[in-house]
Amino acid sequence: MESTTDRILLAHGGGGQLTDQLIRDHILLKFQNDTLAALTDSAKLDLDSTSICFTTDSYVVKPLFFNGGDIGKLAVCGTVNDLAVTGAKPIALSLSLIIEEGFEFELLDKILTSAGKTASVNDVIIVAGDTKTVEAGSADQIFINTAGIGVRIPGVELGFDKIMAGDRILINGTIGDHGMTIMSQRKDIKFETPLTSDCAGLASLTCRLLKNTRGIKFMRDPTRGGLAATLNEIARQASLSIEINEASIPVHPTVQTAADMLGFDVLNIANEGKFVAVLSPEAVEECLEICRNHPLGKNVSLIGDIVETKDVPLVELITKIGGKRIVQMPYGRELPRIC
Amino acid sequence: MLERINKAQQSINAACKRLGRQINIMEVCGTHTVAIFRNGIRSMLPANLKMLSGPGCPVCVTDQSYIDAVLELANRDDILIATYGDMIRVPGKTSSLETRQTKGNVHVVLSADDALQLAKDNPDKTVVFVAVGFETTAPATAVTTKEAAEQRIENFSVLAGHKLVVPAMRALLTSKNDQIHAFLCPGHVSTIIGYGAYAEIVGDFQRPCVVAGFEPVQILEGLAEICQQLAEDNPQLKSVYTAVVSEKGNTTAQKIIAECFEPADGFWRGLGKIKKSTLKLKDKYAQFDAFKQFNITESPGQEPSGCRCGEVLCGLIEPSQCKLFEKKCTPQTPIGPCMVSTEGACAAWFKYGRKEKSN
Amino acid sequence: MCLAIPARIVELEDDKAVVDAMGNRFKAKTTLIPEAKLGDLVLVHAGFAISTVDEEEAKKTWELIAEINEFLETPNKISG
Repeated sequence: MESTTDRILLAHGGGGQLTDQLIRDHILLKFQNDTLAALTDSAKLDLDSTSICFTTDSYVVKPLFFNGGDIGKLAVCGTVNDLAVTGAKPIALSLSLIIEEGFEFELLDKILTSAGKTASVNDVIIVAGDTKTVEAGSADQIFINTAGIGVRIPGVELGFDKIMAGDRILINGTIGDHGMTIMSQRKDIKFETPLTSDCAGLASLTCRLLKNTRGIKFMRDPTRGGLAATLNEIARQASLSIEINEASIPVHPTVQTAADMLGFDVLNIANEGKFVAVLSPEAVEECLEICRNHPLGKNVSLIGDIVETKDVPLVELITKIGGKRIVQMPYGRELPRIC
Repeated sequence: MLERINKAQQSINAACKRLGRQINIMEVCGTHTVAIFRNGIRSMLPANLKMLSGPGCPVCVTDQSYIDAVLELANRDDILIATYGDMIRVPGKTSSLETRQTKGNVHVVLSADDALQLAKDNPDKTVVFVAVGFETTAPATAVTTKEAAEQRIENFSVLAGHKLVVPAMRALLTSKNDQIHAFLCPGHVSTIIGYGAYAEIVGDFQRPCVVAGFEPVQILEGLAEICQQLAEDNPQLKSVYTAVVSEKGNTTAQKIIAECFEPADGFWRGLGKIKKSTLKLKDKYAQFDAFKQFNITESPGQEPSGCRCGEVLCGLIEPSQCKLFEKKCTPQTPIGPCMVSTEGACAAWFKYGRKEKSN
Repeated sequence: MCLAIPARIVELEDDKAVVDAMGNRFKAKTTLIPEAKLGDLVLVHAGFAISTVDEEEAKKTWELIAEINEFLETPNKISG
């Protein structure tokens, strides 16, 4: 039975006919897998191991569609990446929607198609979900919540407690791409740019690294708050200091210039296809080699070191000109400025 | 570039060694404060060279009564506030524009032109443009006010808060602050006013005035020039920002400013009243003057108890000498404007220079 | 107190311009530099061009501009 309306009605979240229509005609079609198609109240999964990783996340990005992705792709990649950097192979996700009354089906379909495709590309299945609708004005178009399960790679133990002074730090590519792309489409700042979000699932690279090397101590994806936030979190949790080299941090000149134009610090800008890894010096060459030979690691760079803490854990940056300054946790909101 | 930087650093070291004594150079402009910190330049300077952060941070020096006036206007349903992002988090007596943003009538604009467009798009509301900034930003407000007049956009209003750099520099020196030995002058203000504008500071006060841009090589070459002049006891007027700064400046921009504005006495947070230091809209443009339209008078507000922003702005103390710094006053909970503004000395110190204490 | 970056005028009609800074395109007004022409490098602050910029001087002043040719020649090289 085809949808008789081109927009979401409250009834689509009511659990009755329209909900059924929504699931069968829109959701199931886009997330094709047997587990989901069984339509049981919860997904039945047989996992290779009882050692699993479990994560959850919510997505509220605006605009919904941007260069290089959309909220659907972002939701899948973000969840995959949380599992990937914790040392797991992502297996399955749930994807729940909260949709504002009046939201266009055309847009919903685009988002679902994108999520389904992304899941496929990243070798994960979307096996559970929920859909709620709310009155117009109670939600900004659409919000997505996910949860994800992954199987831990045997023999891999990542944690803050593994990090030691002398360890090296790498990142798989350029920073600031996602955040500046989103920024360029904000209604108060809109500007034309060739920038694209780096939104991508990292599991194929992280799994390859973890399966083929020994020596990776910890990984994290620098999303909200950017590289600055992630490095500060690591320093604080590991009670060690970090020294990074500005000259080694890969930044695309277009991203740098866009950030300069608006007065943003590129270290604070979100990334959605990057991970930071802390590794033993012995593992460096091998890890760099594996990254370089993978599409998501071509611009891999060794950006710094873990060092002993003098009195408090700090992240210090050696600037391009050889000076030194501290990198703090960002405030949490970047505002454009003229001064 | 690195070669030039090394050369400049060597020159600074040599000159400061010759001088032997404590040298204080004031970077007038907040953008310089941030650039100096961000590039780690402070860590590269000799021990006897100290950089003082000056009052060239438009947000920092805006009097609290101005901010409170903006907040009052933001409360009204018939008004839309158009503001540069810099002002969003500045605290007035009780709150900031950030807390008012939930009402939906506070708009961040990148340009005065956008503020005028907002007025055109919303004919049933009055758009009040929060016009802060120094001489770099004033011409944009002037052009836009002129256009509003030409196009008869009657619902556009300007709350003029532009300030002038040279009067502030004079005020710093005449207030018996003899700790400032030289000035690193603001690059982009000088694009408009010309480096010749600082001749009176060199002439009347015998202080080197060197204009530099904001790239690290610019700042270091500017500092090298200053140190050289100090070592030779030969205060001069100079610019190393030859790419965009001339002696006369941008005369078109100066004319447009003069068409729309006239210098008036004004209150600078921390410095008090400075003669002919702010720009007031001329009577010709009275209909766009938000001060007149909404009956606003600027009366100097009182600093929150314990706040020493004024002394920080004059370069008399470093942020770490203020008891509130890091404790009650942080970027998350700013008390004074020096912490709120991304260019404020306190914010820069907190962000780039401070070592967090462990719990 | 003044963020401003060099950008090239790629569209110009009266005093309304579109400027390009490393591929990012912004609106800017040239009212303050009426002598500006299509193709000129200008300094942009708060949506207004405040000065023209000499090409040679630009290369000596802004690192990204000095390096951009190097970047274009080796597409896989990222600044930093």
